[in-house]
Amino acid sequence: MSKLIDFKKILKQTNPDVKPFQIMDEKGDIVNDAFMPDLSDDQLIQMMEVMVWGREYNNRVSILSRQGVLGNLPPTEGQEASQLISQYALEKGDWLLPSYRDVPPMIRHGVKTRQAINWYNGHTDGFSYDKSVKSFPPQVIIGAQIIQAAGVGLGLKLDGQKHVALTYIGDGGTSQGDFYEGLNFAGVYDAPVIFVAQNNGYGISVPRSFQTRSKTLSQKGIGVGIAHLFVDGMDPFAVYVATKSAREYAVSGQGPVLLEFLTFRFGPHTLSDDPRRYREHEEVEQWRSKDQLVRMRKFLERKGLWTQEHEDVIKEKTQHEVKEALDASRNVEKQTVSGYLESMFEVMPQTIKEQFEFYKAKEGQ
Amino acid sequence: MATRNMVEAITSALDVMLEDDEKILVFGEDVGKNGGVFRATDGLQEKHGERRVFDTPLAESGILGLSIGLGAVGYRPVPEIQFFGFVSEAIDSLTNQMARMRFRTNGTLTCPITLRSPFGGGVGTPEIHSDSYEGFIAQMPGIRVVVPSNPYDAKGLLIASIRSNDPVVFLEHLKLYRAEKMEVPDDIYEVPLDKANIVKEGHDISIVAYGAMVKEAINAATILEEIGVSAEVVDLRTIAPLDIETLQQSVSKTGRCIVVQEAQRQAGVASHVMSELAERLFLDLEAPLSRVTGPDTTYPFPLGESMWLPNAHDIVRKVQNIMENY
Repeated sequence: MSKLIDFKKILKQTNPDVKPFQIMDEKGDIVNDAFMPDLSDDQLIQMMEVMVWGREYNNRVSILSRQGVLGNLPPTEGQEASQLISQYALEKGDWLLPSYRDVPPMIRHGVKTRQAINWYNGHTDGFSYDKSVKSFPPQVIIGAQIIQAAGVGLGLKLDGQKHVALTYIGDGGTSQGDFYEGLNFAGVYDAPVIFVAQNNGYGISVPRSFQTRSKTLSQKGIGVGIAHLFVDGMDPFAVYVATKSAREYAVSGQGPVLLEFLTFRFGPHTLSDDPRRYREHEEVEQWRSKDQLVRMRKFLERKGLWTQEHEDVIKEKTQHEVKEALDASRNVEKQTVSGYLESMFEVMPQTIKEQFEFYKAKEGQ
Repeated sequence: MATRNMVEAITSALDVMLEDDEKILVFGEDVGKNGGVFRATDGLQEKHGERRVFDTPLAESGILGLSIGLGAVGYRPVPEIQFFGFVSEAIDSLTNQMARMRFRTNGTLTCPITLRSPFGGGVGTPEIHSDSYEGFIAQMPGIRVVVPSNPYDAKGLLIASIRSNDPVVFLEHLKLYRAEKMEVPDDIYEVPLDKANIVKEGHDISIVAYGAMVKEAINAATILEEIGVSAEVVDLRTIAPLDIETLQQSVSKTGRCIVVQEAQRQAGVASHVMSELAERLFLDLEAPLSRVTGPDTTYPFPLGESMWLPNAHDIVRKVQNIMENY
């Protein structure tokens, strides 16, 4: 027999160990100066403010959920950079297609905090945004938003708009068939889409190592021939530069980009979940040392741009914002079955008309 | 006006609509250069360009997901699923996404999508090409399911579907594509959605059918006429939601009714028609409501389908049985 093909060698070549793209390390030092973005002091402060807002927002809504004031919610602590700095890198008019965990970037994108509160509680107000807000509601089906983003991107391209669709998915979601289909469709049409895989370590209880044998999630872009990058998702500057560059690349007609942001979900999957069943305390602590807030704080403090007092003011403002939003959410008109029936079709069929009349009468009693 | 078969009528509908509204996009596997495996999109890419009429990668979920995204940014997609049996690959896009978009966003985002797809048996396709899955799609509120039975209706219903801001699943029976020719106007015209059609008037029994079974029902009515039974044939045209008003009028007049569907007996459209009529017209009925359907097996392999499929003789026997016993 002739020589056998060395698959092991091929696998090593195609599935290599790579380090994430990083600009600022865990100590807050700039380690990749060539890519350091040219940001003003105000912008640097804004980036920190938005992340502090995200952390405090998560704290407040989590407390409210535990108190039973809000429905079950997916916490976001640990993902402030990957969610909020990627959104920060977008332009007005860009579209967002979030998963269920990506409520904070939606708020930064224009969705009202009141509507976010109503989303957790299951009110249609939390799903229906002003037309000027370019965002889909949070997606619950894993991966559905990925193929929809390909459609939004294609539409933007056909319109000649210099905008992108940015969509988020978790590491678990990258195992879904729709993830591949979305990447593949966007690739074929050179659609301006930024796919953000937030690798936060676990799909509920299933670790990243059980999702796929590929060394990174971003390398799945190779399979469909699209640009991709493995990024330190707790490095705000790396996230910013990666998203900004992907945006520029996509709107210039070169096609979609898949970004993997390596991050960590400090909390549970949702507040009904107990992560002590599937991960060790030590693992969480290791990730704590990489926290985006810690490293950005160090960086800014050294420049004299950040103080504890400033941080406390942002936290206080955020608490006030959530409280006001909660109050406002209670004043939104109550949902009715007749209202539900009215929104099923634009032109109401006879069968629904009959049911509408029935519920209208029932609700009037 | 030209004489057209159903597939030509569909092409004509797509053609005039592409001309009429620049936001309409026609796409799917093989719909571009090849003009569709049944030639339903023949010549459209050449005429309207690759921007408006294009091929997609071979992935049903991708096709429908793409449609949802395009719909959200102002387009009016007319995607094709090459055979409706393959729609199970895209059920999430259909049921969890398209069907509920208007509901979940209070109308802020809608899905003005018309999904076209061939379905139905009798032409000897490989497995999972002919299956009649209209029943389980019809069970999802938020989607209209439209099934034309002749070329004229096909064009008018397709135009009405494309113009609708609600999502429509438009099912084209394979056997009807080239079964008959009739006068079909060249221009835009609509056959209204949500309206059933009395194809043939009668006073003894109503035969309710849709798609290819309308032809079988008409053939059965002709045979029944010869033996002195006057059957009224109702073509549902839109199978979800149902035009209860027309059904009620017909059955309260005749007092008897059978529903014919090619799909398997369990659940499905016929069951729904029967339960609506039973609930509303019990005192008007002179006989139990009944149905003629395919049997509850998986859709058969090609050499077994001629016996499996319901036909005019099955309908005649069922009607005779009802007329003799009630």
